[in-house]
Amino acid sequence: MLVEIRWHGRGGQGGVTSAELLAKAAYLDGYKGVQAFPFFGAERRGAPVKAFTRISDREINVRCQIYEPDIVAVLDPDIIDLIDVCEGLKDDGIVIVNTPKAPSELDLRGHVYTFDGTGIALRHGLLVAGLPVVNTTMLGAFARATGLVKLETVQRVIMEKWPGKVGERNAEGAKEAYDSCTDQG
Amino acid sequence: MTVVERVPTDKVVVEGMTGDAAIAHALKQCDIDVLAAYPITPQTIIVEDFQKFVANGEVKTRVIPVESEHSAMSACVGASAVGARVATATASAGLALMWEILYCAASMRMPIVLAVANRALSAPINIHNDWSDSYGARDSGFIQIYCQSCQEAYDTVIMAFKIAEDHDVLLPVMVCIDGFILSHNVERVEMLPTEAVQQFLGVRKPAIALDPDNPVTMGPLALTDYYFEFKEQQDRAMARVPEVFERVESEFEKMTGRRYGRFETYRVEDADIIIFTHSTPGGTAKAVVDALRERGEKVGVVRLRMFRPFPAEALREVLRNAKAVAVFEKCRSFGAPSNPLALEVRTALYDLDERPLVTDFVIGLGGRDVPPSTIVEGVEKTKEYLKAGRAPLYETLGVRK
Repeated sequence: MLVEIRWHGRGGQGGVTSAELLAKAAYLDGYKGVQAFPFFGAERRGAPVKAFTRISDREINVRCQIYEPDIVAVLDPDIIDLIDVCEGLKDDGIVIVNTPKAPSELDLRGHVYTFDGTGIALRHGLLVAGLPVVNTTMLGAFARATGLVKLETVQRVIMEKWPGKVGERNAEGAKEAYDSCTDQG
Repeated sequence: MTVVERVPTDKVVVEGMTGDAAIAHALKQCDIDVLAAYPITPQTIIVEDFQKFVANGEVKTRVIPVESEHSAMSACVGASAVGARVATATASAGLALMWEILYCAASMRMPIVLAVANRALSAPINIHNDWSDSYGARDSGFIQIYCQSCQEAYDTVIMAFKIAEDHDVLLPVMVCIDGFILSHNVERVEMLPTEAVQQFLGVRKPAIALDPDNPVTMGPLALTDYYFEFKEQQDRAMARVPEVFERVESEFEKMTGRRYGRFETYRVEDADIIIFTHSTPGGTAKAVVDALRERGEKVGVVRLRMFRPFPAEALREVLRNAKAVAVFEKCRSFGAPSNPLALEVRTALYDLDERPLVTDFVIGLGGRDVPPSTIVEGVEKTKEYLKAGRAPLYETLGVRK
Protein backbone atom coordinates (compact mmCIF):
# COMPACT_ATOMS: atom_id res chain seq x y z
CA MET A 1 0.00 0.00 0.00
CA LEU A 2 1.31 3.42 -0.98
CA VAL A 3 -0.62 6.64 -0.34
CA GLU A 4 0.51 9.82 -2.07
CA ILE A 5 -0.52 13.22 -0.76
CA ARG A 6 -0.04 16.64 -2.34
CA TRP A 7 -0.30 19.82 -0.28
CA HIS A 8 -1.26 23.17 -1.74
CA GLY A 9 -0.79 26.35 0.21
CA ARG A 10 0.92 29.70 0.17
CA GLY A 11 4.44 30.42 1.31
CA GLY A 12 4.34 31.00 5.07
CA GLN A 13 1.14 29.03 5.69
CA GLY A 14 2.99 26.01 6.97
CA GLY A 15 2.25 23.56 4.17
CA VAL A 16 5.77 22.15 4.28
CA THR A 17 5.51 21.71 8.04
CA SER A 18 2.16 19.92 7.57
CA ALA A 19 3.76 17.49 5.14
CA GLU A 20 6.55 16.78 7.63
CA LEU A 21 4.33 16.47 10.69
CA LEU A 22 2.04 14.07 8.86
CA ALA A 23 5.04 11.92 7.94
CA LYS A 24 6.09 11.84 11.58
CA ALA A 25 2.59 10.93 12.73
CA ALA A 26 2.55 8.19 10.11
CA TYR A 27 5.70 6.46 11.30
CA LEU A 28 4.54 6.78 14.91
CA ASP A 29 1.34 5.04 13.83
CA GLY A 30 3.41 2.19 12.47
CA TYR A 31 3.94 2.90 8.78
CA LYS A 32 7.38 1.62 7.70
CA GLY A 33 7.86 4.01 4.81
CA VAL A 34 7.32 7.77 4.98
CA GLN A 35 8.56 10.67 2.87
CA ALA A 36 7.81 14.38 3.16
CA PHE A 37 9.37 16.91 0.87
CA PRO A 38 8.64 20.38 -0.45
CA PHE A 39 8.63 21.57 -4.02
CA PHE A 40 11.24 24.28 -3.94
CA GLY A 41 11.05 26.98 -6.50
CA ALA A 42 11.39 30.69 -6.01
CA GLU A 43 9.36 30.28 -2.82
CA ARG A 44 8.33 33.41 -0.99
CA ARG A 45 5.66 34.43 1.47
CA GLY A 46 2.21 34.45 -0.12
CA ALA A 47 3.12 32.66 -3.35
CA PRO A 48 1.41 29.32 -4.14
CA VAL A 49 3.60 26.45 -2.92
CA LYS A 50 3.39 22.66 -3.03
CA ALA A 51 4.63 19.92 -0.75
CA PHE A 52 4.34 16.15 -0.81
CA THR A 53 3.96 13.25 1.61
CA ARG A 54 4.15 9.53 0.89
CA ILE A 55 3.02 6.89 3.37
CA SER A 56 3.45 3.15 2.98
CA ASP A 57 3.48 -0.01 5.03
CA ARG A 58 6.79 -0.83 3.31
CA GLU A 59 10.01 0.99 2.53
CA ILE A 60 9.35 3.53 -0.23
CA ASN A 61 11.69 3.38 -3.19
CA VAL A 62 10.18 5.90 -5.58
CA ARG A 63 11.72 9.36 -5.27
CA CYS A 64 10.16 11.98 -7.46
CA GLN A 65 7.34 14.49 -7.26
CA ILE A 66 3.76 13.25 -7.00
CA TYR A 67 1.72 13.54 -10.21
CA GLU A 68 -1.27 11.29 -9.43
CA PRO A 69 -2.09 11.89 -5.77
CA ASP A 70 -4.53 9.85 -3.73
CA ILE A 71 -5.19 12.84 -1.49
CA VAL A 72 -4.97 16.60 -2.04
CA ALA A 73 -4.90 19.00 0.92
CA VAL A 74 -5.65 22.66 0.20
CA LEU A 75 -4.66 25.12 2.93
CA ASP A 76 -5.82 28.25 1.11
CA PRO A 77 -9.17 28.06 -0.73
CA ASP A 78 -8.29 30.99 -3.00
CA ILE A 79 -5.63 28.82 -4.64
CA ILE A 80 -8.42 26.78 -6.23
CA ASP A 81 -9.08 29.73 -8.54
CA LEU A 82 -5.41 30.00 -9.51
CA ILE A 83 -4.34 26.42 -10.17
CA ASP A 84 -5.98 23.06 -10.80
CA VAL A 85 -5.44 21.51 -7.36
CA CYS A 86 -7.10 18.28 -8.53
CA GLU A 87 -4.66 17.80 -11.41
CA GLY A 88 -3.86 14.09 -11.69
CA LEU A 89 -6.05 13.20 -8.68
CA LYS A 90 -6.99 9.52 -8.72
CA ASP A 91 -10.67 8.86 -9.51
CA ASP A 92 -11.41 7.71 -5.97
CA GLY A 93 -9.19 10.44 -4.52
CA ILE A 94 -9.91 12.67 -1.52
CA VAL A 95 -9.71 16.47 -1.47
CA ILE A 96 -9.57 18.32 1.86
CA VAL A 97 -10.09 22.07 1.74
CA ASN A 98 -9.77 24.74 4.42
CA THR A 99 -12.92 26.75 3.80
CA PRO A 100 -16.11 27.69 5.66
CA LYS A 101 -18.05 26.53 2.59
CA ALA A 102 -19.77 23.15 2.26
CA PRO A 103 -18.22 20.57 -0.12
CA SER A 104 -21.08 21.00 -2.62
CA GLU A 105 -20.31 24.70 -2.92
CA LEU A 106 -16.90 23.89 -4.35
CA ASP A 107 -16.55 22.84 -7.96
CA LEU A 108 -14.00 20.10 -7.30
CA ARG A 109 -13.51 16.54 -8.49
CA GLY A 110 -13.12 13.69 -5.97
CA HIS A 111 -14.45 13.02 -2.49
CA VAL A 112 -14.41 16.52 -1.01
CA TYR A 113 -14.14 17.36 2.68
CA THR A 114 -14.15 20.88 4.10
CA PHE A 115 -13.40 22.47 7.45
CA ASP A 116 -13.10 26.09 8.56
CA GLY A 117 -9.44 25.99 9.49
CA THR A 118 -9.02 29.76 9.32
CA GLY A 119 -11.94 30.31 11.71
CA ILE A 120 -10.56 27.69 14.10
CA ALA A 121 -7.08 29.21 13.92
CA LEU A 122 -8.47 32.65 14.78
CA ARG A 123 -10.49 31.28 17.71
CA HIS A 124 -7.48 29.43 19.14
CA GLY A 125 -5.00 32.23 18.51
CA LEU A 126 -2.95 30.23 16.01
CA LEU A 127 -1.26 33.28 14.56
CA VAL A 128 2.15 34.02 13.12
CA ALA A 129 2.93 37.67 12.46
CA GLY A 130 -0.76 38.40 13.08
CA LEU A 131 -1.99 36.01 10.40
CA PRO A 132 -3.88 32.74 11.00
CA VAL A 133 -1.83 29.59 10.39
CA VAL A 134 -3.95 26.60 9.42
CA ASN A 135 -1.45 23.79 9.04
CA THR A 136 -2.16 22.10 12.37
CA THR A 137 -5.92 22.28 11.87
CA MET A 138 -5.40 20.68 8.46
CA LEU A 139 -3.69 17.74 10.17
CA GLY A 140 -6.75 17.22 12.37
CA ALA A 141 -9.04 17.37 9.35
CA PHE A 142 -6.73 15.01 7.50
CA ALA A 143 -6.93 12.44 10.29
CA ARG A 144 -10.73 12.59 10.12
CA ALA A 145 -11.11 12.53 6.34
CA THR A 146 -8.60 9.77 5.62
CA GLY A 147 -8.37 7.67 8.78
CA LEU A 148 -4.70 7.12 7.91
CA VAL A 149 -3.38 8.53 11.18
CA LYS A 150 -4.90 8.91 14.62
CA LEU A 151 -5.93 12.30 15.99
CA GLU A 152 -3.97 11.53 19.18
CA THR A 153 -0.83 10.93 17.14
CA VAL A 154 -1.31 14.16 15.22
CA GLN A 155 -1.70 16.00 18.51
CA ARG A 156 1.41 14.32 19.86
CA VAL A 157 3.62 15.42 16.95
CA ILE A 158 2.19 18.94 17.22
CA MET A 159 3.04 19.04 20.94
CA GLU A 160 6.55 17.74 20.23
CA LYS A 161 7.10 20.35 17.52
CA TRP A 162 5.91 23.24 19.72
CA PRO A 163 6.23 22.27 23.39
CA GLY A 164 4.13 24.21 25.90
CA LYS A 165 1.17 26.55 25.39
CA VAL A 166 1.64 27.02 21.65
CA GLY A 167 1.54 23.27 21.09
CA GLU A 168 -1.52 22.91 23.32
CA ARG A 169 -3.44 25.56 21.40
CA ASN A 170 -2.51 23.96 18.09
CA ALA A 171 -3.48 20.51 19.35
CA GLU A 172 -6.87 21.88 20.42
CA GLY A 173 -7.29 23.46 17.01
CA ALA A 174 -6.49 20.12 15.37
CA LYS A 175 -9.17 18.46 17.49
CA GLU A 176 -11.79 21.06 16.55
CA ALA A 177 -10.91 20.57 12.88
CA TYR A 178 -11.15 16.80 13.34
CA ASP A 179 -14.60 17.15 14.90
CA SER A 180 -15.96 19.63 12.37
CA CYS A 181 -14.44 18.31 9.14
CA THR A 182 -17.28 17.13 6.88
CA ASP A 183 -18.08 15.68 3.49
CA GLN A 184 -21.78 16.53 3.90
CA GLY A 185 -23.72 19.41 2.42
CA MET B 1 39.60 -4.87 15.48
CA THR B 2 36.85 -3.53 17.71
CA VAL B 3 34.40 -5.90 19.30
CA VAL B 4 31.00 -4.93 17.99
CA GLU B 5 27.72 -6.09 19.44
CA ARG B 6 24.22 -5.87 18.04
CA VAL B 7 22.47 -2.78 19.36
CA PRO B 8 19.21 -3.81 21.09
CA THR B 9 16.07 -2.47 19.41
CA ASP B 10 14.99 -0.56 22.51
CA LYS B 11 18.19 1.51 22.36
CA VAL B 12 17.48 2.64 18.80
CA VAL B 13 15.83 6.05 18.50
CA VAL B 14 13.47 6.52 15.55
CA GLU B 15 13.21 10.08 14.27
CA GLY B 16 11.77 11.75 11.22
CA MET B 17 14.56 13.74 9.66
CA THR B 18 15.85 15.16 6.42
CA GLY B 19 18.95 13.83 4.72
CA ASP B 20 20.86 16.88 5.93
CA ALA B 21 19.66 16.41 9.51
CA ALA B 22 20.55 12.71 9.39
CA ILE B 23 24.10 13.63 8.38
CA ALA B 24 24.33 16.30 11.09
CA HIS B 25 23.23 13.78 13.73
CA ALA B 26 25.73 11.22 12.46
CA LEU B 27 28.53 13.80 12.64
CA LYS B 28 27.49 14.62 16.18
CA GLN B 29 27.64 10.99 17.25
CA CYS B 30 30.98 10.48 15.49
CA ASP B 31 32.40 12.95 18.03
CA ILE B 32 34.28 14.99 15.46
CA ASP B 33 36.94 17.37 16.77
CA VAL B 34 36.74 20.02 14.09
CA LEU B 35 34.16 21.12 11.56
CA ALA B 36 35.11 23.94 9.19
CA ALA B 37 32.44 24.97 6.74
CA TYR B 38 30.90 27.70 4.65
CA PRO B 39 27.12 27.70 4.08
CA ILE B 40 25.67 26.76 0.71
CA THR B 41 22.24 25.45 -0.26
CA PRO B 42 21.18 22.61 -0.09
CA GLN B 43 23.84 21.54 2.38
CA THR B 44 23.24 24.38 4.84
CA ILE B 45 21.04 22.44 7.28
CA ILE B 46 23.92 20.09 8.04
CA VAL B 47 26.08 22.87 9.41
CA GLU B 48 23.15 24.77 10.93
CA ASP B 49 22.01 21.71 12.86
CA PHE B 50 25.56 20.98 13.90
CA GLN B 51 26.03 24.54 15.16
CA LYS B 52 22.94 24.03 17.34
CA PHE B 53 24.55 20.95 18.88
CA VAL B 54 27.65 23.05 19.59
CA ALA B 55 25.64 25.93 21.04
CA ASN B 56 23.70 23.51 23.26
CA GLY B 57 26.90 21.97 24.52
CA GLU B 58 25.99 18.57 23.07
CA VAL B 59 29.38 18.25 21.35
CA LYS B 60 32.85 19.55 22.08
CA THR B 61 33.64 20.11 18.41
CA ARG B 62 35.53 23.25 17.41
CA VAL B 63 33.54 24.79 14.57
CA ILE B 64 35.50 27.13 12.32
CA PRO B 65 33.16 29.40 10.34
CA VAL B 66 35.53 30.23 7.51
CA GLU B 67 35.16 32.81 4.75
CA SER B 68 35.02 30.40 1.81
CA GLU B 69 34.99 26.73 0.87
CA HIS B 70 38.62 26.97 -0.19
CA SER B 71 39.39 27.96 3.39
CA ALA B 72 37.01 25.33 4.76
CA MET B 73 38.91 22.47 3.18
CA SER B 74 42.24 24.14 4.03
CA ALA B 75 41.25 24.31 7.70
CA CYS B 76 40.13 20.69 7.52
CA VAL B 77 43.51 19.65 6.13
CA GLY B 78 45.33 21.52 8.90
CA ALA B 79 43.17 20.07 11.65
CA SER B 80 43.36 16.58 10.20
CA ALA B 81 47.16 16.87 10.04
CA VAL B 82 47.22 17.41 13.80
CA GLY B 83 45.31 14.16 14.22
CA ALA B 84 41.79 15.48 14.66
CA ARG B 85 38.64 13.80 13.35
CA VAL B 86 37.40 16.33 10.83
CA ALA B 87 34.34 16.91 8.66
CA THR B 88 32.87 19.53 6.38
CA ALA B 89 29.95 19.82 3.99
CA THR B 90 29.34 21.59 0.71
CA ALA B 91 27.62 21.56 -2.68
CA SER B 92 27.92 22.86 -6.23
CA ALA B 93 29.95 26.08 -6.46
CA GLY B 94 31.24 25.45 -2.95
CA LEU B 95 32.77 22.18 -4.04
CA ALA B 96 34.17 23.90 -7.10
CA LEU B 97 35.86 26.49 -4.91
CA MET B 98 37.35 23.70 -2.77
CA TRP B 99 38.89 22.16 -5.85
CA GLU B 100 42.54 22.94 -5.29
CA ILE B 101 42.47 21.70 -1.71
CA LEU B 102 40.52 18.51 -2.49
CA TYR B 103 43.63 17.25 -4.21
CA CYS B 104 45.79 18.34 -1.23
CA ALA B 105 43.52 16.53 1.23
CA ALA B 106 43.72 13.31 -0.75
CA SER B 107 47.42 13.47 -1.57
CA MET B 108 48.32 14.37 2.01
CA ARG B 109 46.25 11.36 3.06
CA MET B 110 43.90 13.26 5.35
CA PRO B 111 40.89 11.14 6.40
CA ILE B 112 38.37 13.98 6.17
CA VAL B 113 34.67 13.26 5.67
CA LEU B 114 33.02 15.67 3.24
CA ALA B 115 29.23 15.57 2.95
CA VAL B 116 28.04 16.76 -0.46
CA ALA B 117 24.42 17.65 -1.18
CA ASN B 118 24.72 17.25 -4.94
CA ARG B 119 23.69 20.39 -6.78
CA ALA B 120 24.03 21.68 -10.33
CA LEU B 121 26.77 24.11 -11.31
CA SER B 122 26.13 27.60 -12.70
CA ALA B 123 25.28 29.09 -15.17
CA PRO B 124 22.33 29.62 -15.17
CA ILE B 125 22.35 29.68 -11.39
CA ASN B 126 20.40 26.72 -10.07
CA ILE B 127 20.06 25.34 -6.55
CA HIS B 128 18.71 21.92 -7.52
CA ASN B 129 20.15 18.50 -7.91
CA ASP B 130 22.44 16.92 -10.43
CA TRP B 131 25.80 15.20 -10.12
CA SER B 132 28.02 17.58 -12.08
CA ASP B 133 29.68 18.87 -8.91
CA SER B 134 31.01 15.66 -7.40
CA TYR B 135 31.53 13.94 -10.78
CA GLY B 136 33.85 16.80 -11.58
CA ALA B 137 35.83 15.91 -8.46
CA ARG B 138 36.02 12.24 -9.33
CA ASP B 139 39.76 12.34 -10.05
CA SER B 140 40.64 14.28 -6.89
CA GLY B 141 41.55 11.18 -4.89
CA PHE B 142 38.48 11.22 -2.64
CA ILE B 143 36.54 8.04 -2.06
CA GLN B 144 32.97 8.75 -3.27
CA ILE B 145 29.85 7.08 -1.91
CA TYR B 146 26.32 8.00 -3.09
CA CYS B 147 23.25 7.39 -0.91
CA GLN B 148 19.62 6.68 -1.71
CA SER B 149 17.92 7.29 1.64
CA CYS B 150 18.30 9.34 4.80
CA GLN B 151 19.02 6.16 6.75
CA GLU B 152 21.75 5.26 4.31
CA ALA B 153 23.25 8.75 4.56
CA TYR B 154 23.34 8.48 8.35
CA ASP B 155 24.89 5.01 8.26
CA THR B 156 27.37 5.90 5.55
CA VAL B 157 28.77 8.94 7.37
CA ILE B 158 29.50 6.76 10.40
CA MET B 159 31.22 4.12 8.29
CA ALA B 160 33.06 6.76 6.26
CA PHE B 161 35.23 7.81 9.20
CA LYS B 162 36.20 4.24 9.94
CA ILE B 163 37.15 3.61 6.31
CA ALA B 164 38.97 6.92 5.94
CA GLU B 165 40.96 6.61 9.17
CA ASP B 166 42.05 3.01 8.56
CA HIS B 167 45.83 3.06 8.16
CA ASP B 168 45.55 0.92 5.04
CA VAL B 169 43.51 3.72 3.46
CA LEU B 170 44.03 7.22 4.94
CA LEU B 171 42.00 8.92 2.26
CA PRO B 172 39.18 11.47 2.46
CA VAL B 173 35.61 10.40 1.72
CA MET B 174 32.76 12.23 0.02
CA VAL B 175 29.34 11.10 1.19
CA CYS B 176 26.91 12.35 -1.44
CA ILE B 177 23.15 12.83 -1.24
CA ASP B 178 20.84 14.30 -3.86
CA GLY B 179 20.26 17.97 -3.09
CA PHE B 180 16.66 18.73 -2.01
CA ILE B 181 15.38 15.33 -3.20
CA LEU B 182 17.08 13.75 -0.20
CA SER B 183 18.68 16.65 1.66
CA HIS B 184 15.26 18.19 2.36
CA ASN B 185 13.17 15.03 2.42
CA VAL B 186 11.93 13.89 5.83
CA GLU B 187 12.12 10.15 6.33
CA ARG B 188 12.09 7.66 9.13
CA VAL B 189 15.65 7.24 10.44
CA GLU B 190 16.81 4.77 13.07
CA MET B 191 19.55 6.36 15.13
CA LEU B 192 22.05 4.34 17.08
CA PRO B 193 22.94 5.14 20.67
CA THR B 194 25.92 7.51 20.71
CA GLU B 195 27.98 5.11 22.83
CA ALA B 196 27.58 2.41 20.19
CA VAL B 197 28.76 4.75 17.43
CA GLN B 198 31.74 5.88 19.47
CA GLN B 199 32.68 2.35 20.40
CA PHE B 200 32.41 1.37 16.73
CA LEU B 201 34.68 4.20 15.61
CA GLY B 202 37.02 4.54 18.57
CA VAL B 203 39.31 7.54 18.77
CA ARG B 204 41.23 8.41 15.63
CA LYS B 205 44.81 7.17 15.76
CA PRO B 206 46.81 9.24 13.29
CA ALA B 207 49.62 7.49 11.43
CA ILE B 208 51.70 10.65 11.64
CA ALA B 209 50.56 13.86 13.35
CA LEU B 210 51.87 17.40 13.38
CA ASP B 211 53.56 17.80 16.74
CA PRO B 212 55.83 20.72 17.74
CA ASP B 213 57.97 18.37 19.84
CA ASN B 214 58.50 15.99 16.95
CA PRO B 215 58.36 18.18 13.88
CA VAL B 216 57.59 16.64 10.50
CA THR B 217 56.86 18.16 7.13
CA MET B 218 53.67 17.29 5.29
CA GLY B 219 52.83 17.97 1.67
CA PRO B 220 56.30 19.29 0.85
CA LEU B 221 57.80 20.00 -2.55
CA ALA B 222 58.38 16.92 -4.66
CA LEU B 223 59.41 17.44 -8.23
CA THR B 224 60.64 15.02 -10.82
CA ASP B 225 62.43 13.12 -8.08
CA TYR B 226 59.56 11.90 -5.87
CA TYR B 227 56.17 13.32 -6.95
CA PHE B 228 55.38 10.23 -8.96
CA GLU B 229 56.10 7.96 -5.97
CA PHE B 230 53.62 9.94 -3.86
CA LYS B 231 51.00 9.31 -6.52
CA GLU B 232 51.93 5.64 -6.72
CA GLN B 233 51.35 5.27 -2.97
CA GLN B 234 48.10 7.19 -3.18
CA ASP B 235 46.92 4.88 -5.94
CA ARG B 236 47.77 1.80 -3.88
CA ALA B 237 45.82 3.20 -0.94
CA MET B 238 42.79 3.60 -3.21
CA ALA B 239 43.19 0.01 -4.32
CA ARG B 240 42.99 -1.15 -0.70
CA VAL B 241 39.64 0.59 -0.13
CA PRO B 242 37.35 -2.32 -1.15
CA GLU B 243 38.88 -4.67 1.41
CA VAL B 244 38.66 -2.13 4.21
CA PHE B 245 35.14 -1.14 3.15
CA GLU B 246 34.05 -4.77 3.32
CA ARG B 247 35.54 -5.16 6.80
CA VAL B 248 33.91 -1.97 8.08
CA GLU B 249 30.53 -2.86 6.61
CA SER B 250 30.66 -6.31 8.17
CA GLU B 251 31.25 -4.78 11.59
CA PHE B 252 28.49 -2.26 10.98
CA GLU B 253 26.14 -5.05 10.00
CA LYS B 254 26.91 -6.87 13.24
CA MET B 255 25.92 -3.73 15.11
CA THR B 256 22.82 -2.77 13.09
CA GLY B 257 21.77 -5.60 10.81
CA ARG B 258 22.20 -3.22 7.86
CA ARG B 259 24.68 -3.43 5.02
CA TYR B 260 24.63 -1.78 1.62
CA GLY B 261 27.66 -3.01 -0.35
CA ARG B 262 29.64 -1.08 -2.93
CA PHE B 263 26.55 -1.47 -5.08
CA GLU B 264 23.08 -2.88 -4.61
CA THR B 265 21.55 -5.41 -6.98
CA TYR B 266 17.79 -5.60 -7.36
CA ARG B 267 16.04 -8.37 -9.31
CA VAL B 268 18.99 -8.79 -11.68
CA GLU B 269 19.34 -12.60 -11.66
CA ASP B 270 17.61 -13.28 -14.97
CA ALA B 271 17.42 -9.68 -16.20
CA ASP B 272 17.83 -8.95 -19.90
CA ILE B 273 18.10 -5.24 -19.25
CA ILE B 274 19.84 -3.88 -16.16
CA ILE B 275 19.21 -0.27 -15.19
CA PHE B 276 22.42 1.23 -13.84
CA THR B 277 22.29 4.42 -11.78
CA HIS B 278 22.75 5.70 -8.24
CA SER B 279 21.37 7.99 -5.52
CA THR B 280 17.64 8.74 -5.60
CA PRO B 281 17.00 7.58 -9.20
CA GLY B 282 18.20 4.19 -7.93
CA GLY B 283 15.10 4.09 -5.75
CA THR B 284 12.74 5.18 -8.51
CA ALA B 285 14.34 2.60 -10.82
CA LYS B 286 13.50 -0.16 -8.34
CA ALA B 287 9.85 0.95 -8.33
CA VAL B 288 9.92 0.91 -12.16
CA VAL B 289 11.38 -2.59 -12.18
CA ASP B 290 8.64 -3.82 -9.85
CA ALA B 291 6.02 -2.47 -12.26
CA LEU B 292 7.74 -3.83 -15.39
CA ARG B 293 8.26 -7.24 -13.79
CA GLU B 294 4.51 -7.44 -13.21
CA ARG B 295 4.15 -7.11 -16.98
CA GLY B 296 6.59 -9.98 -17.38
CA GLU B 297 9.58 -7.91 -18.48
CA LYS B 298 12.98 -9.14 -17.38
CA VAL B 299 14.56 -6.00 -15.96
CA GLY B 300 16.64 -5.31 -12.88
CA VAL B 301 18.61 -2.54 -11.21
CA VAL B 302 22.18 -2.12 -10.14
CA ARG B 303 22.35 0.88 -7.84
CA LEU B 304 25.93 2.00 -7.50
CA ARG B 305 27.06 3.31 -4.13
CA MET B 306 30.81 3.57 -4.46
CA PHE B 307 31.80 5.58 -7.52
CA ARG B 308 35.43 5.89 -6.34
CA PRO B 309 37.10 3.51 -6.31
CA PHE B 310 34.84 2.17 -9.06
CA PRO B 311 34.07 -1.53 -8.45
CA ALA B 312 34.72 -2.49 -12.08
CA GLU B 313 35.54 -6.17 -11.59
CA ALA B 314 32.67 -6.97 -9.24
CA LEU B 315 30.24 -5.12 -11.51
CA ARG B 316 31.48 -6.94 -14.59
CA GLU B 317 30.37 -10.23 -13.07
CA VAL B 318 26.90 -8.88 -12.30
CA LEU B 319 26.37 -7.12 -15.63
CA ARG B 320 27.98 -9.57 -18.05
CA ASN B 321 24.93 -11.83 -18.56
CA ALA B 322 22.50 -9.04 -19.37
CA LYS B 323 21.69 -8.17 -22.96
CA ALA B 324 21.87 -4.47 -22.21
CA VAL B 325 22.87 -2.08 -19.46
CA ALA B 326 20.88 1.17 -19.44
CA VAL B 327 22.83 3.88 -17.63
CA PHE B 328 20.96 6.87 -16.20
CA GLU B 329 23.12 9.74 -15.00
CA LYS B 330 22.61 13.34 -13.94
CA CYS B 331 25.61 14.84 -15.66
CA ARG B 332 26.74 15.80 -19.14
CA SER B 333 30.46 15.73 -19.75
CA PHE B 334 30.55 18.31 -22.52
CA GLY B 335 32.47 17.17 -25.54
CA ALA B 336 32.98 13.66 -24.17
CA PRO B 337 31.85 10.68 -26.26
CA SER B 338 29.62 9.63 -23.37
CA ASN B 339 29.30 10.63 -19.73
CA PRO B 340 31.11 9.86 -16.46
CA LEU B 341 28.99 6.94 -15.24
CA ALA B 342 28.63 5.24 -18.63
CA LEU B 343 32.34 5.68 -19.35
CA GLU B 344 33.11 3.67 -16.21
CA VAL B 345 30.60 0.96 -17.13
CA ARG B 346 31.88 0.69 -20.68
CA THR B 347 35.46 0.42 -19.43
CA ALA B 348 34.45 -2.29 -16.96
CA LEU B 349 32.82 -4.34 -19.72
CA TYR B 350 35.23 -3.71 -22.57
CA ASP B 351 37.49 -6.72 -21.97
CA LEU B 352 34.64 -9.21 -22.16
CA ASP B 353 34.48 -11.21 -25.39
CA GLU B 354 30.72 -10.81 -25.44
CA ARG B 355 29.45 -7.74 -23.69
CA PRO B 356 26.04 -6.19 -23.11
CA LEU B 357 24.93 -3.23 -25.17
CA VAL B 358 25.37 -0.06 -23.09
CA THR B 359 22.95 2.86 -23.43
CA ASP B 360 23.58 6.16 -21.67
CA PHE B 361 20.75 8.52 -20.72
CA VAL B 362 21.48 11.97 -19.33
CA ILE B 363 18.60 12.87 -17.01
CA GLY B 364 17.54 15.37 -14.38
CA LEU B 365 20.00 18.21 -14.97
CA GLY B 366 19.38 21.16 -12.68
CA GLY B 367 16.83 19.21 -10.65
CA ARG B 368 14.50 18.35 -13.53
CA ASP B 369 12.27 15.74 -11.92
CA VAL B 370 12.97 12.11 -12.82
CA PRO B 371 9.59 10.35 -12.59
CA PRO B 372 9.22 6.63 -13.34
CA SER B 373 8.14 7.54 -16.90
CA THR B 374 11.65 8.88 -17.68
CA ILE B 375 13.22 5.59 -16.61
CA VAL B 376 10.60 3.63 -18.59
CA GLU B 377 11.35 5.72 -21.67
CA GLY B 378 15.03 4.82 -21.38
CA VAL B 379 14.22 1.13 -21.00
CA GLU B 380 11.94 1.26 -24.06
CA LYS B 381 14.64 2.95 -26.11
CA THR B 382 17.14 0.36 -24.95
CA LYS B 383 14.82 -2.40 -26.20
CA GLU B 384 14.67 -0.72 -29.60
CA TYR B 385 18.45 -0.39 -29.73
CA LEU B 386 18.81 -4.07 -28.82
CA LYS B 387 16.65 -4.96 -31.79
CA ALA B 388 18.68 -2.69 -34.04
CA GLY B 389 21.92 -4.04 -32.59
CA ARG B 390 23.38 -0.60 -31.93
CA ALA B 391 22.80 2.44 -29.76
CA PRO B 392 23.95 6.04 -29.69
CA LEU B 393 26.82 6.73 -27.29
CA TYR B 394 24.49 8.87 -25.17
CA GLU B 395 21.28 10.86 -25.35
CA THR B 396 19.29 13.22 -23.14
CA LEU B 397 15.87 12.37 -21.70
CA GLY B 398 13.22 14.59 -20.17
CA VAL B 399 14.30 17.80 -21.88
CA ARG B 400 12.66 20.07 -24.49
CA LYS B 401 14.52 19.56 -27.75
